[in-house]
Amino acid sequence: MVSAMRAPEPVAERVSDPAKLERVFELRGLSAWYGAAQALRNITFDIPKNRVTAIIGPSGCGKSTLIRCLDRMNDLIPGFRAEGHVTYHDEDIYGPAADPVLLRRHIGMVFQKPNPFPKSVFDNVAFGPRINGYTGNMHEVVEGSLRRAVLWDEVKDKLGASGLALSGGQQQRLCIARALAVEPDVLLMDEPCSALDPIATYRIEELITDLARDYSIVIVTHNMQQASRVSDLTAFLLAGEERTGELVEFGPTRDLFTRPADERTEAYITGRFG
Amino acid sequence: MSAAVAERMRWRPTVAGRRRSGRLFLLLCYAATALGILALVVLLADTLIKGAPGLSWQFLTSYPSRFAERSGLLAALVGTFYVAVIVVAVAFPIGIASAVWLEEYVSPGPLRRILETNIGNLAGVPSIIYGMLGLAVFVRALSLQRSLLAGGLTIAILVLPIVIINAQEALRAVPSGLRHASFALGATRWETIRHHVLPAALPGILTGTILALSRAIGEAAPIILISSIAFIAFLPDSLLDSFTILPIQIFIWVSKPQAAFHAIAASAIIVLLVMLLTMNAVAIVLRDRARRGVGW
Repeated sequence: MVSAMRAPEPVAERVSDPAKLERVFELRGLSAWYGAAQALRNITFDIPKNRVTAIIGPSGCGKSTLIRCLDRMNDLIPGFRAEGHVTYHDEDIYGPAADPVLLRRHIGMVFQKPNPFPKSVFDNVAFGPRINGYTGNMHEVVEGSLRRAVLWDEVKDKLGASGLALSGGQQQRLCIARALAVEPDVLLMDEPCSALDPIATYRIEELITDLARDYSIVIVTHNMQQASRVSDLTAFLLAGEERTGELVEFGPTRDLFTRPADERTEAYITGRFG
Repeated sequence: MSAAVAERMRWRPTVAGRRRSGRLFLLLCYAATALGILALVVLLADTLIKGAPGLSWQFLTSYPSRFAERSGLLAALVGTFYVAVIVVAVAFPIGIASAVWLEEYVSPGPLRRILETNIGNLAGVPSIIYGMLGLAVFVRALSLQRSLLAGGLTIAILVLPIVIINAQEALRAVPSGLRHASFALGATRWETIRHHVLPAALPGILTGTILALSRAIGEAAPIILISSIAFIAFLPDSLLDSFTILPIQIFIWVSKPQAAFHAIAASAIIVLLVMLLTMNAVAIVLRDRARRGVGW
């Protein structure tokens, strides 16, 4: 393995043709509604394995709705409805046989606002393994997860302290450790740095680049620099007057940022709107 | 007269008058507050002056008697305690379960709206109506007679809507991020409720329940219908024994013609007030502790 201090290289180098990559998710004609309001229309693209896929776009374009379709967290919102297909390892997650509880066990999620449980650091990380029937050494899992989230050195002496006593950036890394503790296959991150200061943001970005070697990561961000720094592939969404998000462009991050195919993408990344 | 002066003439100089009406309003507010506080102080002072001399250990540990000076609160205190225990044992689990169901399982829609409106209305129904319900259902239909159990169940039903509403509020105050975090780890709804939502809401639920209970033990009206308003000079041995409670004992003593009984009624009111204030204080401490513990 490369040394842990490796600089976050532009990972976009690793992607030339997304169609050749192994896929984790396939979205086919995905549309979504909250009650009568349509939030997404006919989204089709593939999310590859062991890469970082960024979803960018202006506020209200449906980025969060889209990422929350991937682990069916939208089910918790009354009035939500999805059409079309989303497959996870070739299984339709909105199909009749799909079980959202099982699905979420394999797909970790990190939220916009750090949301540790009001419990100890240790219990925050141990909760997932406990409910999912882990029978091994809990201390190892907790330590391993905290190390992966580069938080161990900061909290190893206060595992019994409340997760809420940590700083914002530490809380977010705790949430990442908590998600990693159940050994997920995918990590979904919904604007994970929007509530953090630049230094904490930098540390999370470093961590994302590091985790991308073992996990498939999908990150929603409104920060285009962040997308260009951490992601291999980028999907650009845009919503019109009726606030229904559509996929404008999807491709390798470097291509999308240097020679966008769609003029709306170019307008957005050059800061002409949004 | 220039046009500018004519224009100014159309505006009456009224600032002083407007300030005066503002001061008048403030004065009215002061007066209203003072009136309320005055009434309370007079009531309290009157009760304390009449009742304080009668307070003694013997007063708390004796049964009622034909003679005011030998009368005591023991039966009423123990009865109140038992009723409170029955209320907590019945209303607490049913109330919390109903609130969890309404808040966490039923999706917003007509069903939930209808149920919530009805529960809200039930919380406002006069307590004597609950007494009649208790009399018809527990005393007669279920043949519990005028027993401790019938009284406890009646009060439990009386406070149930309040417990549900309070518990729902406490559940609603749990940030949704907590639920999302749990679901995202593959927890089921029940695991999420059991491990995260209920523990986070518990202080709020307890506060609401204690406040509901403190209201309940001050209620005389429904129990007047349920308990035999008689001379209870014994402690209930079982749930089916007759009983009395503090407000009833007060009611009985106040109804007597002799002034000596009015004095010990005042003493009993002091005891009841101390109990209520203690319970409310506990509720406030719990709520403050919950607020401090939660840092979302």
